Amino acid sequence: MNTAVSIGKLRLKNPVMTASGTFGYGEEYAEFYDLGRLGAVVMKGISLRPMQGNPAPRIWETPCGMLNAIGLQNVGLKSFLKEKLPFIRQFDTAAVANVLGSTPAEYVKLARALDEAGLDGIELNVSCPNVSRGGMAFCANTRMLGSLVGKVRAAVKGATLIVKLSPSAPDIKAAARAAEDAGAEAVSLINTLPGMAMDLEKRRPVLGNVVGGLSGPAIKPVALRMVWEAAGAVSVPVIGMGGIMNARDALEFILAGARAVAVGTANFVTPTAAVDVVEGIESYMRDKGIEDINDLVGGLLVDNPDH
Amino acid sequence: MSPSSRASIPRGAVRSFGARVLDNSEVKKDTYVLRFFPLAETLPPRPGQFYMVGVGTGLEPLLKRPFCMFDHEEGRVHILYRVRGRGTELLRRVRPGETLAVLGPLGNAYPLPPRGKTPVVAAGGTAIASVFPLIKHLKGKAAVIYGARTVEEMVMMEELEGIARRLVLCTEDGTCGSAAMVPGMLDEFGLGPEHFLYVCGPRGMARAVLRLAAERSVKGVVSLEEFMACGIGACMGCAVRTPGGYRRVCKEGPVFKLDGVVL
Repeated sequence: MNTAVSIGKLRLKNPVMTASGTFGYGEEYAEFYDLGRLGAVVMKGISLRPMQGNPAPRIWETPCGMLNAIGLQNVGLKSFLKEKLPFIRQFDTAAVANVLGSTPAEYVKLARALDEAGLDGIELNVSCPNVSRGGMAFCANTRMLGSLVGKVRAAVKGATLIVKLSPSAPDIKAAARAAEDAGAEAVSLINTLPGMAMDLEKRRPVLGNVVGGLSGPAIKPVALRMVWEAAGAVSVPVIGMGGIMNARDALEFILAGARAVAVGTANFVTPTAAVDVVEGIESYMRDKGIEDINDLVGGLLVDNPDH
Repeated sequence: MSPSSRASIPRGAVRSFGARVLDNSEVKKDTYVLRFFPLAETLPPRPGQFYMVGVGTGLEPLLKRPFCMFDHEEGRVHILYRVRGRGTELLRRVRPGETLAVLGPLGNAYPLPPRGKTPVVAAGGTAIASVFPLIKHLKGKAAVIYGARTVEEMVMMEELEGIARRLVLCTEDGTCGSAAMVPGMLDEFGLGPEHFLYVCGPRGMARAVLRLAAERSVKGVVSLEEFMACGIGACMGCAVRTPGGYRRVCKEGPVFKLDGVVL
């Protein structure tokens, strides 16, 4: 039985990754299981300098989901390389860094440094709704996106370049194509959906940042649709995420065209969620007599496949 | 706990477990004590630590809820909660024999008072649950100033009477003890540098108590509450401001030095 998939130059032992921002730098979850069971660990977004993030409250539960407005609190590039990367390197899993800048030059500098540090993958975060500069702005305009990806492409030699798209992109197919045309080796989607919540009694927003990103099972139908559309638009692999809680959800994304999947909010609910998905996929394949996970990719049966 | 018993618990898979509910009883209107028994080997909790408790079986509500350890005996963990929202309403309906998904014990614990200092505990509302095991652990050494809005929100008064060196009660509406608030009572109590202060209560109370402690050069710790998703330090959702930047309540806390947070 083969569960290995290829994402650009990356060969993952199975298609299960973690979604950036939900897995720290891996340390917390290593308490619960061997991270080497995962196809890849995508770590919390890194910026050039440490970021403090947004004021509290930063999270809010919604029906079947949660809003977060963390604001990309992170240790910054220098500490990441020195203190965080060696930890994840102990495990037999691909290490993917998620990077965020407020200018193309910052993205390039970060990506180059991480590539030189030997990261297996670099995921460009052009889709965070919780920062005022950079982030999602790059995803709103395909020309800007293509230009950014092109500049980073030229700086990255060894690592596989992944571009994480926003569900707020005006045209997800166009955004995916722009990333591919500029040299992305994979696209990942979706990031959280911008949302907000309020306290009616106090007539105040509940999040310190007023707005935040919605994640969890509530967004799964939106994510599935966007993965389906993006997979039909590009030939590079698509990494699907958005509300994956179990192996069945993950398999739906794979049928929709995702070559790999990422488990995010589910990690908060159940710390073993990502490895549970790995085991669930293996069990499904055994039960159904599926020899190769790649045979399932894009295998959704539709009457009108022209999408 | 002996070092050998700690070592016998393997790293990994120790803190995520199913817990059999033994009892879920109302101790005061809308306030309950739930006792559960972990169905896997877990570390015994220390005063100040907390658990993330799953309050439903499906995806709604999605997240576990943090509850501090209120008491602990023979492997059984007790939590005390007041029914306030969706999560606690669901928890209220839990019956003995049911199994809950639990993570814990989590976070750091209350330190012992430094030699020569007298422990003083300032607690407000249901936050008494957090300091209750500490007061018990200090075996009659701690003075306790405990307040709430009204007597209806006061719990465990008799038990506190038995385990505190001195118990000062106050309510905003005067229905129990003095008609006053905790910071005022602490002032009247004569808080001074000879004391080591433990604080747990609503943010406004904690802020006022921290101000008083700073004025009186009193050292101590405060236990904080914040919304949290994971409880293990990954989501960064439960950040609190400190002089050195944001820190996670679930990981670097919930217990912080009085001068280690900016409220």
